[in-house]
Amino acid sequence: MPINGRIAGWTAAALMSLFVAMGAEAQDGASSEAEIQRYREMISDPMSNPGFLAVDRGEALWSTKRGTKNATLETCDLGEGPGKLDGAYARLPRFFADAGKVMDVEQRLLWCMTTIQGLDTADVIKRRFSRPGVESDMEDLTAYIANKSSGMKFEPQLGKPEEKAMYALGEAMFYRRSGVLDFSCATCHGEAGLRIRTTNLPDFSKPNKSAQESIGSWPTYRVSQTALRTMQHRLWDCFRQQRLPSVDYGSDMVTALQVYLVAVAKDGELQVPSIKR
Amino acid sequence: MNRHTIAVAALAVAAGLAASLPAGAQDAKTHPEPAGFEAAAKTSWSKVKPDEWKTRLDTDETQQLCNLYRNNPPPDIARKIMEMNRATVVYPADGQVIGDWKKGQALANNGRGGQFSDEPNTVNGGNCYACHQLDPKEVSFGTLGPSLTGYGKARDFSPEAAKEAYAKIYNAQAAFACTNMPRFGATRFLSEQQMKDAVALLFSRDSPVNK
Repeated sequence: MPINGRIAGWTAAALMSLFVAMGAEAQDGASSEAEIQRYREMISDPMSNPGFLAVDRGEALWSTKRGTKNATLETCDLGEGPGKLDGAYARLPRFFADAGKVMDVEQRLLWCMTTIQGLDTADVIKRRFSRPGVESDMEDLTAYIANKSSGMKFEPQLGKPEEKAMYALGEAMFYRRSGVLDFSCATCHGEAGLRIRTTNLPDFSKPNKSAQESIGSWPTYRVSQTALRTMQHRLWDCFRQQRLPSVDYGSDMVTALQVYLVAVAKDGELQVPSIKR
Repeated sequence: MNRHTIAVAALAVAAGLAASLPAGAQDAKTHPEPAGFEAAAKTSWSKVKPDEWKTRLDTDETQQLCNLYRNNPPPDIARKIMEMNRATVVYPADGQVIGDWKKGQALANNGRGGQFSDEPNTVNGGNCYACHQLDPKEVSFGTLGPSLTGYGKARDFSPEAAKEAYAKIYNAQAAFACTNMPRFGATRFLSEQQMKDAVALLFSRDSPVNK
C-alpha cells in the first residue's frame, strides 16, 4: 500500500539524526539494548519508514513500458503465475522451468527484463545498489514485490531436485572457511546468543527465531546508508566482511545461500520493508 | 576431548569397525563439497583474478580439514591440524614477545584490513574487541571468543605464558584445531611488531586488561 512520499522523505532526515544520537547513548549493555528496541518499535510504523518510497517507485516501474519490446513487467512470472505478486516473494528462490534454473527475485527480474521487455540490463545492473543521486531499479522493484508478501510466512521451495541441489550448495558455502582470516558465514552465525562488539548475531545454523526475524526483515531500509537494501546487497556485504572478493550481482552462489537461509527461516513472518541501523 | 575419545573407541569396538575405517574417523561426520560447488563458485566470482583465487577463495589444508569436519575434527585429525600449524609459528628473533600495550589497544580496536572496500595501503587491525572482552572499561566487546580481561595477571605475568599467547595470536590452530580465531601471523595479516603489541596488551602490568 503506497504512502505519501513526502512524509517518508523528511522522516528519513529526522531518523538519521535520531540514530546518530542513539550511537552516542548506546554504550551501556542491557539498558541500551532496551533503548534500541524502543526506537525500533517507534520507527516500525510504515508511515515513517522511507523504505516505502522504494515500494512506490517499484510499483511505478513494474507497469512502465521499457526495452526494445516496449513492454511492462506485468506479465512477469515470479513463480505464482504471470503478474501474480501476492505471496511470490515468500516462495522465492525457486526453480523456473522456462529458465531451467533456481532463481531469486532479482535474478528472475533480470530474466523478465531481458525476455519480456527486451531491455539491455547492463545499465540496470550498473545501478544495482543505489547511492545518493542514483536510484536502483532492482532495489525498488524488489521492495515492491517483497512488500506484496509482507505479513506472510516463508515457504521454502525445496521439492525439486534443482532446489535441493541449490540448498546443498548454499549450506556448503555457509560452512566453508577460506581467505586470509579463515572466516565462513558460520564463524559469526553458527551459534545462538553471540555478538560482535555490541551487535547481536542471528544464528543461521538451524531453524530458530533469530533466523526467522532476521531473514524476514529483508529488504530493509538502512538508515546508516540512507538506502533500501536487498538480500543481494546484504550477502555481497557479508562476503566483504568475510574478506572474500566482491561476488557477482545475481550470481548463483548468492541465490544458493538464500535458498539455505530461507530454509532456516522457515515459517518466519515477512515484515517488509523493515528499517534498520 | 577425553570423553570424545572414549566415545569414539566404544563406538568403534561395538560396531566392530575399527579396522575398516581410517583411525579416529569412526564417528566424525564428514561434509565434502557437493558436486558443482567449484563451478558455481567460479561463475559467481567471475571477475576474480587467478592470484585472488589462491588467497581468497581456494582453501589450504587446514581449512579443507576444518570444512570437511565442520570444525569438529576427530582426535587424530585435530592432532594433525595442530602439528601442521605449530610448524608455522616463528617467534621474534630477539626472544622478546612483549611490545607496547598502548599500540596493542589501538590494534585491538582496529577492524580494518583485508576487505575489498579497504584502500590498498590500509594497515591491518587485529579487531580483538570484535570477539573478546579485554579492557573492562570498554563496554563494546564481542562474545565470539572468551573474555581476556585479567589475562596476564591470572598467569602471574609469566614469560612462558606470554610466549604461549604470542604463539596463539600467531597461529591459534597450533593450540586449538579449527578454532574460529584467525591465524594472524601465519597468514601475515599482522606483523611481528603488531603481535608483540597485542601480547603487551595482555601481559603488561600497566595494561588496562590487568587493572
